Amino acid sequence: MSPISRRHLLGAAAGLAAIATVPPRALAQGGGAAPAAAPAAPTGPFKLPSLGYAYNALEPHIDARTMEIHYTRHHQAYVNSLNNFAKDNPQIAEKPMTEVLANLNAVPEAIRTGVRNNMGGHANHTMFWEIMSPSGGKPSSDVLTAIDRDLGGVDKMKSDVNAKGLGVFGSGWVFVTVDKDGKLAIEARPNQDTPIMDGKRALFGNDVWEHAYYLNYQNRRADYLNAWWNTVNWTKITERYAAAKAGTLGV
Amino acid sequence: MTFTLPNLPYAYDALQPYMSKETLEYHHDKHHQAYVTNGNNLLKGTEFEGKSLEDIVKGSFGKNAALFNNAGQHYNHLHFWKWMKPNGGGEKLPGKLEAKIKSDLGGYAKFKDDFIAAGVGQFGSGWCWLAVKGGKLEIMKSANGESPLVHGATPILGCDVWEHSYYIDYRNRRPDYLKAFVENLVNWEYVDELFSKA
Repeated sequence: MSPISRRHLLGAAAGLAAIATVPPRALAQGGGAAPAAAPAAPTGPFKLPSLGYAYNALEPHIDARTMEIHYTRHHQAYVNSLNNFAKDNPQIAEKPMTEVLANLNAVPEAIRTGVRNNMGGHANHTMFWEIMSPSGGKPSSDVLTAIDRDLGGVDKMKSDVNAKGLGVFGSGWVFVTVDKDGKLAIEARPNQDTPIMDGKRALFGNDVWEHAYYLNYQNRRADYLNAWWNTVNWTKITERYAAAKAGTLGV
Repeated sequence: MTFTLPNLPYAYDALQPYMSKETLEYHHDKHHQAYVTNGNNLLKGTEFEGKSLEDIVKGSFGKNAALFNNAGQHYNHLHFWKWMKPNGGGEKLPGKLEAKIKSDLGGYAKFKDDFIAAGVGQFGSGWCWLAVKGGKLEIMKSANGESPLVHGATPILGCDVWEHSYYIDYRNRRPDYLKAFVENLVNWEYVDELFSKA
């Protein structure tokens, strides 16, 4: 990276701080291995969560190169930005992210948009890695009952989530939300916004930023949305559903 | 008017190595084509049929989101192709434009820094701009399909920072893409032409 772009990163880019110093070719060879050279990250209270599976574990639906860049570059950048904010504003790390995100007006105005974007990004991606797996399992009867009752069954849920995801113009996410009574709903959000910002919880969700699929699917977002269901970790979603009803579900 | 996809004003491989043939093929043939196709479908039967593209963009903003998104992106991309050329970019600017950048923005180097910073700072999909507002040059940024046109200004240069514009070539390294755009791709003659009209 050149001195000029580096300076811009540090000076101006809340959403993209401290990104790649590794050339694309190095990333392209990532395969299932750990990254050869992690970017220098400012230390702080926010951490990149562990992925739980290899970069190539979700192939062919999500390729290893996409996973590696998504996790070690995009998600890491959100974490780095949060740690930068936390240097002068340690209070943003003293409460659970669900509380900070649900009360963004309490965050100092100077960093509010940055916290919204980067903590939203951290929360969304933490959920995203967790609800995917190479061995998807099956939803519990409790979850299936809720899907039938609130979303018209599994097939209708999938086609409605896909339609909502396809309808996001630009960057964003599509979520299945859950409330404390276990009721499910589908909604889309722009950029790194999350239903948590309205006090809700995401049971699960899919990232429709182009970086989530462009290397493998290019402009074919619909194909990505369809294929993504093969990666969904229903065992984890079942756990999250139970936690939501118990009032203990986090990001 | 009906939207039509223009041909690129250069070969698909003409902007390499700064923008690949593959990127231009997807960007022009798929993304821009989709805005044209969807825009034409959404235009049918609306009050905007028969109006100029600029009027459709301004008129649909805040009123008809789907039409605006596609018309706005059609407008942005029509110019985007012309805002680039092989062996472009750099600080050799037409004289009047160079003087205006110096007086309003502090000179080419400052313009370059601020333009790149605007593009890097646009969170999510969008564009960064050099625009004329109230007779003065301004650096702007906007989300998704918006442009200075719907913010009281006239764009004379824009760079697409949707990930589809650079992800194949630069992955997450948006700052490197923006730097290459300014230093190696900008068609300053076309910027000057729009500046003279604004």
